[in-house]
Amino acid sequence: MTTTTTVNESARGGAARQAAGLPRLLPASPEDLRGHLARYGATPYRGYRDRAGALLGDIEASGLTGRGGAAFPVYRKMAVVARARAARKVIVANGSESEPASRKDELLLRLAPNLVLDGLQLAAEAVGATEAHLYLHYGPTPEILRALAERASRGLDGIAVTITQAPPRFLAGQETALVNRLGGGPALPTFQPPRVSERGLGGAPTLVQNVETLAHLALIARYGPRWFRAAGTDAEPGSMLTTVYWPDGKCRVVEAEIGAPLRTLLSSGAETQAWLVGGYHGTWLPMPQAAGLTLANDTLKRFEASAGAGVLVALPADRCGLTEAARVTGYLAAESAGQCGPCLNGLPRIAAGLAELAGSGHRRQTRADVERWAGLVTGRGACNHPDGTVRFVRSALTVFSSEISLHARGQCSATNRKPFLPLPDGMPTSEDDWT
Amino acid sequence: MADTLRVNPINCTGHGVCAELLPELVSLDEWGYPIVDPRPVPPVLDREARRAVAACPALALKLMRIEEPARSGSKAF
Repeated sequence: MTTTTTVNESARGGAARQAAGLPRLLPASPEDLRGHLARYGATPYRGYRDRAGALLGDIEASGLTGRGGAAFPVYRKMAVVARARAARKVIVANGSESEPASRKDELLLRLAPNLVLDGLQLAAEAVGATEAHLYLHYGPTPEILRALAERASRGLDGIAVTITQAPPRFLAGQETALVNRLGGGPALPTFQPPRVSERGLGGAPTLVQNVETLAHLALIARYGPRWFRAAGTDAEPGSMLTTVYWPDGKCRVVEAEIGAPLRTLLSSGAETQAWLVGGYHGTWLPMPQAAGLTLANDTLKRFEASAGAGVLVALPADRCGLTEAARVTGYLAAESAGQCGPCLNGLPRIAAGLAELAGSGHRRQTRADVERWAGLVTGRGACNHPDGTVRFVRSALTVFSSEISLHARGQCSATNRKPFLPLPDGMPTSEDDWT
Repeated sequence: MADTLRVNPINCTGHGVCAELLPELVSLDEWGYPIVDPRPVPPVLDREARRAVAACPALALKLMRIEEPARSGSKAF
């Protein structure tokens, strides 16, 4: 993996961020239960007073969306589980963070584990969950174990929390894959419908929310929807954690206001040749054309981009973007679950085609082949892996088009061949790696 | 009223029976997997569509009443 230092940039803040009341989520150093209670007070359970669903109403009014990548309205998933008539209901805090470039959930769980656990308990109460899970990429950290033990000893948690470790696969955090893993099977996606909010773990209605989403929920439960909406835009309120890569190769986690100009988060000068927004299912954006965009899906969608789980990369001018894209596409192809014919057949071909374009002197038809295969896999998987991969590949073909021409003539613009985008060390191959 | 054809891509093994029985709505990609017309099945093809669903050896072809243009499996959290 590319060596990166995760820095919590949110603790320092520009004047604009402080005016918006940021940072909201990340303290400067890990906060134990005593510090957490001193800062926020007790977990605001509604108890019997919430038979009318006040917290659900607050979440709806807040406009909170999922921070795991899909930006789905949190209220809508919660309402489905809350309405379900079932003796058993499940809630899952998803901290699998299976995007190799994302570090924000890991940092949040280290610095503010009690905020996430508050959110998990409050959401559990709001939907009537009888079972709670925490799904983690790295397994339980000392901070999480300590937080759970401290909360248990003081009887703060309504229901016990079971920790499950996610396998280190790109798709392990996908909702249906997560449900399969918690059920004791491999972390493989399944075909929907039914959605997991209707029929999830063991058939029970299951609410899956990203850990950052639950931390926001815990704050909305305390300070209300108007406070939440003081940051962000009308359509996309609040703040979000981003993992930002600057051309110096360092990785920083920044809590950003939604709607903030991207150039306040990413460098946009001559040292930057392109941005990657939304991670490895995201979109390459050309510089300087994209320099005026903001961190909001409303504006990003004009460039067929979205903020995803907040991975933002400024690719330095001395690297070859085509080579970087080909390397990541090889990884994405290897991360196909191999369950759906179009993805199983298409992604390796797309990756091989891109590798050929990134080599020296490709065949005349290769680029057209890649475009055709990209069209063939789109919308034809049980999960969104083919679509996300194609979004990444197509934007690379466009943004690095002149690099493709250079490579066709046996040249390359890079003066630095060190890989830039982070990937996991080894690529798992066997079936067992999904559990 | 009208149903829409959908393939469960995990179950589908690319037998191609659907494209043989219902070429009006199903074609095969270059690897032999079906590409189905996303529009509602026209009434005139209703019988053929049901026959194709019944004939799928992998039970992967379904007729579904779709309210929202569902893209399944979004990486939703």
